[in-house]
Amino acid sequence: MATSATIHAHAPQGFIRKYIFSLDHKVIGLQYYFLALVAVFVGMFLSLLMRIHMIWPTAVLPLVGEIKPETYLQLLTMHGTIMVFFVLTTAPQGGFGNYFLPIQIGAPDMAFPVLNMLSFWTTFVAFVTILAAFFVTGGAPLHGWTGYAPLSALTNSGPGEQLGADLWITSIAIFCIASLMGALNFITTTLDLRAKGMTMMRMPLTVWAWFITAILGLLAFGVLLSAGILLLLDRNLGTSFYVPLVVVNGQVMGHKGGSPLLWQHLFWFFGHPEVYIAILPGMGVASQLLSTFSRKPIFGYKAMVYAIMAIGFLGFMVWGHHMFMSGMSPYTAFAFSLMTMAIGVPSAIKTFNWLGTIHGGRVRFQTPMLYAIGFVSLFVSGGLSGPFLAQPVLDIPLHDTAFVVGHFHLIMGVAAIFGMFAGTYYWFPKMFGRMMNETWGRIHFVITLIGTYCVFMPMHYLGMAGQPRRYSQFTELAYLHKLIPLNTFITYAAIVTVLAQFIFVINLFWSMFKGPKASDNPWESTTLEWTTATPPPHDNFGGHTPVVNHGPYEYSVPGAPRDYIMQTDPATVASH
Amino acid sequence: MATFSSPVSIDVPSTGQGGGGVRPPAYGGGDDGRGDGSPDYGQRLRRVRLGLAIGLTSVTMIFVSLTSAYVVRRGLPTLDERTNTYVRDWIPVDLPTSLLLVNTLLLLASSITAELARRQITRQAALAPVRSIPGVSLGEGKGFPWLGATVVLGSGFLTGQWMAWRELADRGFYLATSASSSFVYLLTATHAVHLAGGILVLLYAAAVSLLNRPVEARRIVVDVTAWYWHFMFLLWLYIFGLVWFIR
Repeated sequence: MATSATIHAHAPQGFIRKYIFSLDHKVIGLQYYFLALVAVFVGMFLSLLMRIHMIWPTAVLPLVGEIKPETYLQLLTMHGTIMVFFVLTTAPQGGFGNYFLPIQIGAPDMAFPVLNMLSFWTTFVAFVTILAAFFVTGGAPLHGWTGYAPLSALTNSGPGEQLGADLWITSIAIFCIASLMGALNFITTTLDLRAKGMTMMRMPLTVWAWFITAILGLLAFGVLLSAGILLLLDRNLGTSFYVPLVVVNGQVMGHKGGSPLLWQHLFWFFGHPEVYIAILPGMGVASQLLSTFSRKPIFGYKAMVYAIMAIGFLGFMVWGHHMFMSGMSPYTAFAFSLMTMAIGVPSAIKTFNWLGTIHGGRVRFQTPMLYAIGFVSLFVSGGLSGPFLAQPVLDIPLHDTAFVVGHFHLIMGVAAIFGMFAGTYYWFPKMFGRMMNETWGRIHFVITLIGTYCVFMPMHYLGMAGQPRRYSQFTELAYLHKLIPLNTFITYAAIVTVLAQFIFVINLFWSMFKGPKASDNPWESTTLEWTTATPPPHDNFGGHTPVVNHGPYEYSVPGAPRDYIMQTDPATVASH
Repeated sequence: MATFSSPVSIDVPSTGQGGGGVRPPAYGGGDDGRGDGSPDYGQRLRRVRLGLAIGLTSVTMIFVSLTSAYVVRRGLPTLDERTNTYVRDWIPVDLPTSLLLVNTLLLLASSITAELARRQITRQAALAPVRSIPGVSLGEGKGFPWLGATVVLGSGFLTGQWMAWRELADRGFYLATSASSSFVYLLTATHAVHLAGGILVLLYAAAVSLLNRPVEARRIVVDVTAWYWHFMFLLWLYIFGLVWFIR
C-alpha cells in the first residue's frame, strides 16, 4: 500500500505542532506512552529502594542516604501514586487507547482533538506537580497512595505533610480533570466515529475495553476530584470534612466533627473502579492477541463483551471491601462481600473464554502472545486470592499485611504491566514501522514472568505469617525472624527483575531505529489498524474511509483463501 | 509471517448485521474542521452535543459525591471535649433567602435568554445558504443580542452569589464555622466555577462572531453552551433545594 502521510494536505509540518502540541491522536498516544515509561522507571526505582531497605535497614543508599521510617513511608506513597495514576491509568488507556481506538474503529482522529491534546498536557502538569513533591521542604507526603485522613488532612502530622501533601493532592486533582477530558473523548469517539459497517458488536475487544474503561473513568474521577477538594479545604482553610477533634503532639487542632470514614468511602468509590480502569485494557489486549496468535476466533465474543460490562458495573458496587477493618456494620460488610465475590463470575467467564480461544488453536508463540498468556496466568494467580480477601472473616487477619500487597501487585500491577508489554510488542511494528527483536523479547519475558512470580507469590506467605505492610523495619521483630530469608529472596528477585527491564528498554529504542522493517500486517491480524500503512498516515487511512464487512476475529474461516479475513475484506470472501 | 494485505473498499457494504452502524465520519470531521472540503456542521453539532451530555455526566458525579458527603456529615455526631459526650454540631445556616431567590430569578432569566440566543442563531444558520443567493435579501437579521443578555444576566447571578457569601459572613457563617456552612460555600462555589466556565465560552462565542467565522460554527458553540446553561440552572435549583430543605 503506497499511501503516505503526505496525502493528507493538512498534516502539520513544524516540529512543535507535529510532536509537542500535536492534535494527532497517534502522537498523543505516544506522548502518553513515553510519559508512562518515565513514570514506571521512577516508580520502580522507589520500590527497589524499599526492598533493599527491608533487608538491609541501615544501608546507605544512593540519592536518599540512610532510609528513616518516614523516608520509607514517603517512598511507598510516591511509588503507589506514581504507579497507579501515571503508569497503570496512563499507558493502557491514554497510550494504546489513544493510538489505536480511532484506527480500530476506522476514524480519522478522536472526536475532539484539541481536548485530547489538552488532556495529555494536563496529565503532564500533574506528573510534574507530583514529582515536585520530592523537592519541597519536608519532602514527599507519607500518607500512602490512599491518602487516609486525618493523617493526610493535617499539615503537622508528619514530615512531607506540609507542601508535599498539598502538591500530591493538587497533582491528583489535575490528573482527575485530565482523565475526565480523556474519558469524554473516548466515549464520544466510540459512539460517534465508527466507520460504516463497524457495529458495536463488530468492535475489537480492545475497543470495548477502552470504551468501558472510559465510562468507569468518567464516573469515578469526578468523585475523587470532589474528595480531593474537600481534603485541600480541610488542610488549608480550616474546614472539618474529614478531621474529627484531634490532638497532634499535645496540640489540639482546630478541627471538629469530621469523619475520616467519609474520605475512605469517597476514595474507594473511586479506588475500586480504578482497579478495573487499570486492568480492563489489558484484558482487551489479551483477548485480541490470544485470538490472533491462536489463529482462532475469540471464544464467546458476546460473552466477553457482556463480561467486560458486568465487571465495570460490579466494580462500582464493591468499594466497601476495602473498609472491612474501618468500622462497618456486619450487614453492610456482608453485602459488599457478596458483590465482590460476584465479580468472580464475569472474571471466570473471561478466563474460561481465553483458555477456550487457545484450546485447539495453531498457536504461534511469538513475544506478544507470550505476554498475553503471561497476562492470563498473572490474572488467575492474582485473582484467586481475591475471593479470600472478599470475605470479612479472612480479610480481618489478612488486612494490611503483605498478603494484600502480593494480591494486588499480581493482578492490578504486574498483570496490567504484562498487558502493556503485550501491547508494545504487538503494536510496535505499526507504531514505528520496525520489528522488535524476538530473541531478546523472549528472554525479557522469561525473566520478567519468573521474576515477578518470585517477588509477589512469597508475599502471600509473609502476609499469612503476619508481616504487616507499610512497616519500614521488621528485622528486629522476633516473630518475623524466620521470614527474613524469604524477604531476602524477594529482594534479590526484585533486583533481577528490575535489571531485566533494561533489556526491554534497550530493545525498544534499538528496534525503533535499527530493527528490521515491518510489513503492514506482520502478525496477519484482522483489525483495521493492520489495513493501513505502517506507520499510519496523519488521517489514519490516507484519505479514504474504511468500510467494515466482518467481525474482528475471523480466523481460520472454512472456505476462505487464507486463514484470516480482514474486517475490510469484501463481504463475500467466504460463506459461513 | 509478513503477509501483505491491502484494504479492500467496496461500494455496497453488507449492512445486514446490526443496521450498519453510524454514518462514516466526514473526512476531516474529527480534525476540528481543518480537513478537506466543507465540514458537515450537522454531524459536528450532534457530536459536540453528545460530548456535552457525557461531560455533564461527570459534573453530575461531582455533585452526587458532594451530596453524599453532605448527607453523611450532617448525620454524624461530634465529640464535645468539655462534656465528653456526643452532640450534634450541625448548625442550620441562616441563608440570605430573598437574595438567593433574586439570584435564582436572574439565572432563570439568563437561561431563557440563552435559549432565545440558541434559537436565534439556529435560524441564522438555517438561512445562511439562502443569504448567499444573489438578489435575495433577508434584511439586517441581527435581532436582539440575546447572547450578550445571557452574559450580563449570568454575571449578575455570580455577583449576586458573591453578595450572598458576604451576607453569610456578616451573619457569622464563614467557611470553617460549621460543617453546614462549609457545604453551603463549597456547593455554591463549585456551581459558580462551572457557571463562570459557561460565561467564558459565551464570551468566546461572541469573540468568534467578530472573527468572521461561519455562522454554522458559531451556532455549535452557542447551542451546546445554551444546553449547558439550562443544566446549570437546574443544578442551581437542586443545590438551593438541598441547602434550603435539608438545613
